[in-house]
Amino acid sequence: MSDHTEKNVDEVTGVETTGHNWDGIEELNNPMPRWWLWTLYATIVWGIAYTIAFPAWPLISGATTGVLGWSTRADVAREIESHDAQNGALVEQLLAAEMDRLPEDPELLRYAVARGGAVFKAQCSQCHGSGAAGFKGYPNLLDDDWLWGGSMDEITFTVRHGIRNDIDDEARYSEMPAFGELLEKEQIRAAAEYVYSLSNDDAEPELAASGQELFAEQCAACHGDTGRGDREQGAPNLADAIWLYGGDRETLIQTITYSRFGIMPAWGQRLIEADVRAVSAYVHGLGGGE
Amino acid sequence: MAFLDKHAILEKSPTLLLVSSLLVVSIGGIVEIAPLFWLENTIEEVEGVRPYSPLELTGRDIYVREGCYLCHSQMIRPMRDEVERYGHYSLAAESMYDHPFQWGSKRTGPDVARVGGRYSDAWHVEHLKDPQSVVPESIMPKYEFLAETRIEATQIKALLNTHRLVGVPYDDDMLDNAVADFYAQANPDSDYDAMLERYPGAAVANFDGQKELTEMDALVAYLQVLGTMVDFSTFTPDASR
Repeated sequence: MSDHTEKNVDEVTGVETTGHNWDGIEELNNPMPRWWLWTLYATIVWGIAYTIAFPAWPLISGATTGVLGWSTRADVAREIESHDAQNGALVEQLLAAEMDRLPEDPELLRYAVARGGAVFKAQCSQCHGSGAAGFKGYPNLLDDDWLWGGSMDEITFTVRHGIRNDIDDEARYSEMPAFGELLEKEQIRAAAEYVYSLSNDDAEPELAASGQELFAEQCAACHGDTGRGDREQGAPNLADAIWLYGGDRETLIQTITYSRFGIMPAWGQRLIEADVRAVSAYVHGLGGGE
Repeated sequence: MAFLDKHAILEKSPTLLLVSSLLVVSIGGIVEIAPLFWLENTIEEVEGVRPYSPLELTGRDIYVREGCYLCHSQMIRPMRDEVERYGHYSLAAESMYDHPFQWGSKRTGPDVARVGGRYSDAWHVEHLKDPQSVVPESIMPKYEFLAETRIEATQIKALLNTHRLVGVPYDDDMLDNAVADFYAQANPDSDYDAMLERYPGAAVANFDGQKELTEMDALVAYLQVLGTMVDFSTFTPDASR
């Protein structure tokens, strides 16, 4: 390596060399291309301007807010607002509508059902299934068998307040006793046989008959004399072939012995009002709405 | 530009280059990271956020042990689609007692930052045992063994104390009652009022429906508190962040 103060110039190109010399091969010291250098300077200027325009520099107790006043939260609030505004008129109508009379306005109903479908997929499908056919313990919403009522108003009430949760005072509530603590095993077997006989042909007649007496004493107050249920108390109809937990003998005995206590959250506390109404309209429209 | 030509000095001395690089990177780190520890607006003050109850904290350990964070994030970003699906965007304060935080960076499953109260205990138990039984399209593994693994409060006081050492405000009262609170939360027949006073809003239930206290109880107790501590009907976050 030669001394750096002395300039070496390549004879052929006339360009200064770095002074490095490997077996007579020297390295040309061409300057950076101008375009590249100016781009570099421009990014530095851009970077400084950016930190002035947007929140950036930390200070003693806070940080600079930026001259544009931009913030993530204001941004998302604006985005939500502008999106809501697109359907603003329809949302207003939906909020003002009487739920029971929603079907009279086809355009509004169409909007509510479409919006409700999206809400259902995100919020309800985990329990009721993406097709709303339900699972064991989570009711099928496609049929016309309703535990608490299937009118638009009743469905909206259920969605808003939920069932047997402890966060909403108006939640629908009923509690079947666990008869395992009240009756003998044999009695429970008889009662189950009677309930089984309501929707099956192959029940044991004698056992079912003795179960019927027990049913009249213990169960009829809620489920009705004929076992057809009572929506006021959320008591299921036991005479149809639709079962929430199962209608075979074993499951019936289990249900009577330990009782059931299905819980639904109060969606009025989690969703905005328009979504509560929309998803109710969607569920109503699934096929079984009254 | 004589100053700019001086780079040759750095380039010719590896030690000097190394030391200078370290210096430059440190400045970057100090400017970007250090202020977060003293700036008042890093974590805004939010009413309602409390340390986890002993049972919830145990559940949280199980959550971490099973690697739930690999598929589930706990961070609702401030974007319209996320807010519509998961609820209010997450606040820094909501994970200030998490050591380590469970924000995650991968969503194979949905975000669980606000899963608390969204489903019943029974649903959680069923879903953890066999996710496909309630969500057929789910690819989540089965965690049936949680309901078969019993837990005792043998180390709960030490666990709380560990979290206290890293800054979670567990007081002596909480530490002394850790064992009692641990069992009270999973037993609706117990005298749990004192526990609720220490940990307001904690869900008291026999979460898994079994007599025995299992890991399932603890995990469900933890899941049911996620995202429920801040009452957004009374709290409006500062809009200028």
